[in-house]
Amino acid sequence: MTVTSVSAPPMGESRLLADHPGGPVPQVDLRSLVDLLTRAGLTGRGGAGFPTARKLAALDGRRPVIVGNAMEGEPLSHKDAVLLQRSPGLVLDGLDILRHALRPSRTVLALGARVPTPPDRRGIEVRRLADSFVAGQETALVNQLNGHDPVPTDPSTPVFRRGVDGRPTLVLNAETLAQLALVVRHGATWFRSQGLEDDPGTFLISLTESVPGLLDHPGVLEARRGVPLREVLRRGGADPGRVQAVLLGGYHGAWIPGHALDTSLSRPGLAPYGATPGAGIVHLLDQGACPLDVAARVTAYLAGQSARQCGPCLNGLPHMAQTMRRLARPGADPRLLPELERLQVLVTGRGACKHPDGTVRFVASTLRVFDRHVQEHLRGHCDKDHPRRAAR
Amino acid sequence: MTTRLHVDWTRCDGHGSCVELLPELLVHDEWGFPLSRTGEPDAVVPRQLDDLARRAVSACPLQALRLRS
Repeated sequence: MTVTSVSAPPMGESRLLADHPGGPVPQVDLRSLVDLLTRAGLTGRGGAGFPTARKLAALDGRRPVIVGNAMEGEPLSHKDAVLLQRSPGLVLDGLDILRHALRPSRTVLALGARVPTPPDRRGIEVRRLADSFVAGQETALVNQLNGHDPVPTDPSTPVFRRGVDGRPTLVLNAETLAQLALVVRHGATWFRSQGLEDDPGTFLISLTESVPGLLDHPGVLEARRGVPLREVLRRGGADPGRVQAVLLGGYHGAWIPGHALDTSLSRPGLAPYGATPGAGIVHLLDQGACPLDVAARVTAYLAGQSARQCGPCLNGLPHMAQTMRRLARPGADPRLLPELERLQVLVTGRGACKHPDGTVRFVASTLRVFDRHVQEHLRGHCDKDHPRRAAR
Repeated sequence: MTTRLHVDWTRCDGHGSCVELLPELLVHDEWGFPLSRTGEPDAVVPRQLDDLARRAVSACPLQALRLRS
């Protein structure tokens, strides 16, 4: 297979956010593309981290529909918006390459409310869709593109079998598309020259803070897979001494305690905390904030984001949020802890999408990582800030 | 080959006929939705309950129940 490189490959960790001169998009057939992506070891950058080559290979012979997912429904994520602002050509290149390899019946780029429209569309169907926390989940996205509500459907029929227009549907995150375009331009060896042996390449990180001033440069940066958390904080200009904990993976994610900043952003590094590199969301919690107060607000937000279709989620998440709210008050009843455990078991795995499970992951991580603070609350103490809600 | 009882939660409204037909496998949770006794989200159906499981699937007024192998 010939890979036409019209420019020198970007060196260092800035790849997606480097300047891209553009030029003709190399065309490869499906078999070569699957082979190349397998050798590169590219995984999905939307959160789940599934191998991209296997996603392509899973499509059956029918003409598929290709969907670029730039919904970015997670409030702490900004990477898709920055990518479409900074390097929209790479995302479109990725879609072009797939269009050539898969001969789809439709190619769609789905944009959430905060994501800018690319200046050039190259005949790709660019759709600005209704967004919400769950609207970017694969089945919800397909449902909306089929003219229905932006809510998830039962996953027993996977979208790669039957999705948009009833066709096999390939949904790839915008960043995955851009990474794919770079792999095709510069090759698997180049791709693997950053990151880890079993998790190569770079990824975009959305770096945010719980109070203004914790970071000198909040925003989106690009780093190699496996970068230590401490290095990410340094690049954002954070004083590690002011960081109480780091929320990895957004509101469905898990906490890394402030004493564990040497943890690397890799699957094995994060596994002890129940976290994954996910979609690269890194949110810093300042020393002054009451983690239970923050967690209660997040849980209330998540309860409000239920698509209100599945009974255990619709009923269980508000109950969980209310219990977290009570635990956030110093002098909390110790019976709230077994109640939270009971609720976690009751909602896990009992929904069409991963919203209940993600909420449970967040709550369980909060209780584990901030166990000492929970005990303080049960004894009637809290030396941290509980900012009064401005609006509810 | 194991058969599992799968609930499409987007359809289920807690009508309860499945729990009545399969008390060995299901109970009502506190909101009235079917809860697997085994703790797995999709309960394994033992062979001796095959017929009752099939009846539960056809009895569901919202077609929310499915057998998956």
